[in-house]
Amino acid sequence: MTHGINRRGLLMGSAALPVAFAATGASAQQATITGAGASFPRPVYERWAQAAREGAGIQLNYQSIGSGGGINQITNRTVDFGASDAPLPTAQLAERKLMQFPTVTGAIVLIVNLPGVATDALKLTPELVVDLFMGRIARWNDARIAELNRDLRLPPVPVSPVYRADASGTTFGFTTYLSRVSDTWKNGPGAATSVQWPAGNGARGNEGVANAVRNTPGSIGYTENAYATVNRLTTTQLRNKSGKFVKPETKTFSAAAAQANWAVPGFAADLIDLNGDDTWPIVSPTFILLPINPAADKVEGSRNTMKFFDWAFKNGGQIAERLEYFPLPASVQNQIRAAWAREVKTPDGAAIWTA
Amino acid sequence: MSATTSDTVSRRSAGATGDLVFAWLCKGAGLLVLLLLGGIIITLFLGGLPAFREFGLGFLFSTEWNPVEGRERYGAAVAVSGTIFSSLLAIAFAVPLAFGIAFYLTELAPQWLRRPVGIAIELLAAVPSIIFGMWGLFVLVPFVQQKIQFTIGMELATIPLIGVIFDSNNYAGTSIFAAALVIAIMIIPFIAATMRDVFEQVPAVYKESAYGLGATRWEVVRNVVLPYTRVSVVGGIMLGLGRALGETMAVTFVIGNANRMAGSIFDATTTIASVVAMEFPESLAGSLKQSSLFALGFILFVISFIVLAVSRWLLHSRMKG
Repeated sequence: MTHGINRRGLLMGSAALPVAFAATGASAQQATITGAGASFPRPVYERWAQAAREGAGIQLNYQSIGSGGGINQITNRTVDFGASDAPLPTAQLAERKLMQFPTVTGAIVLIVNLPGVATDALKLTPELVVDLFMGRIARWNDARIAELNRDLRLPPVPVSPVYRADASGTTFGFTTYLSRVSDTWKNGPGAATSVQWPAGNGARGNEGVANAVRNTPGSIGYTENAYATVNRLTTTQLRNKSGKFVKPETKTFSAAAAQANWAVPGFAADLIDLNGDDTWPIVSPTFILLPINPAADKVEGSRNTMKFFDWAFKNGGQIAERLEYFPLPASVQNQIRAAWAREVKTPDGAAIWTA
Repeated sequence: MSATTSDTVSRRSAGATGDLVFAWLCKGAGLLVLLLLGGIIITLFLGGLPAFREFGLGFLFSTEWNPVEGRERYGAAVAVSGTIFSSLLAIAFAVPLAFGIAFYLTELAPQWLRRPVGIAIELLAAVPSIIFGMWGLFVLVPFVQQKIQFTIGMELATIPLIGVIFDSNNYAGTSIFAAALVIAIMIIPFIAATMRDVFEQVPAVYKESAYGLGATRWEVVRNVVLPYTRVSVVGGIMLGLGRALGETMAVTFVIGNANRMAGSIFDATTTIASVVAMEFPESLAGSLKQSSLFALGFILFVISFIVLAVSRWLLHSRMKG
């Protein structure tokens, strides 16, 4: 009896020991980095973080507190990197001693709740979208909408726009688009992470907008594409700059992403309302902010942040595509690596990124 | 004998030191609260100072809230009026119900039922506000939209003159009305508990005399209980109002968060607490927007302080008497 217990104890001990060693070994290798900011790319950063824990030995702790919060935190250097949907202007980057690079490109889509109207069936022009969100179209059977959609039976329900009440990068992208296509919008509400909406209801987060649209017949909202896909929301077609009606799908998003001109300061490519027959007009990149002068104790975090995104650029493309975000072209990834080596320096002035 | 005396003396002196330490600790704890309160007020005020400087007194009366870079204009009028109207409407819904509960619990309910119902009311106060928000969004908002606004509301809107209060082109259901309903449910426990407590303080002999004169239950409440407790009841209502003003999460879910003045009870608008909760995370440190949010917080603090001070004063003057 005693024998048995002893042997079992030994067995357990021998089984437990390697596990313990393995655990300490892993945690010694595992570097932790922290980031904070935009909620628009959160799904893809979270998936990358899961995969990178094994793949790159880096654990990412990402808090999607909003772009503004991310900019505040990285300016105060309380995190290793910040994330923002709206690119920071060059002057701001210099003032805050930050460098900026994009990670993925995402699309914003329109969602509607019109009984009897299937997904991607409704056709809208930019002018109509502006007027709908301006509160200038009272009911969905308005002559202008009906003329475009002769094959649809549009119910005479009142139009009820839904927007993000919390300031967000999605709103920035959408209002930038509206300002681009309409001077009335540009001189009226304008473009920002939150604006003074002339009509409609505010809801909190993508979830709130989706829920409000689902609950309200006649409502129209905008949301980040991955969210609409996952929740099977009713999306619409949109007329692009070349005058063609396009559906929100991978083909039209990548047509926009492919045209991006990244050779601008801070990689701030503008993908809103581009030309091209197949181009979805509301596409925007999302950015990471990295200090160019990390303090001595932050150098390691800075290096690991670059390692993480280097890993994600190499291996995270499929993950991003599965969530309907678009990875950057290889040439841009190389330009970003070159920018890391050029701009991010230790307190001694040595480059942190040497790979 | 002598041993005992010295023992008592030393014990007494040890007790005296203990007393002193204890007194100082308590005094410290008390002062800490004051310091905290003062610190919060000062932080809010200093944070809001740039906005007050920029917009002056106009900040209070401007309905503009434009965060677009280059033409930033901020005003508190929409949020302040949204806060006050939603709270007042909530009070209008909550007071009759709370009065009914308190009256039932003190006068009508059989002894064995008083405790369970009383406890249920108090438990209602313990439900986290986010739960009310979710319930409000998923259950109450569709209900208000379908069963109240589209039916009763539209009928009422055809009445001349007062119809405009019910006439709205906001069809989402999230409205000042839905917000007031949610707040009302949240503050009922506070008002009902205060009313029950003060109703119970009415000396039995007064009520018995009234009953002896042949008064009905309603007459007793109307002519004896209410006049005796009037001030405290108002104090209890103010206490509920104080809570209603600062309610954030539940209201944010159901009010529609529109920075526009509400012309009708079915319009979407916003409150101070929701604006701050929604916009603060995205505001840049040191920006005019963040300062305006601090200024809003300061205004809310002042309003709540006034309401609570009035309620304290009303309750206190009664308790003394």
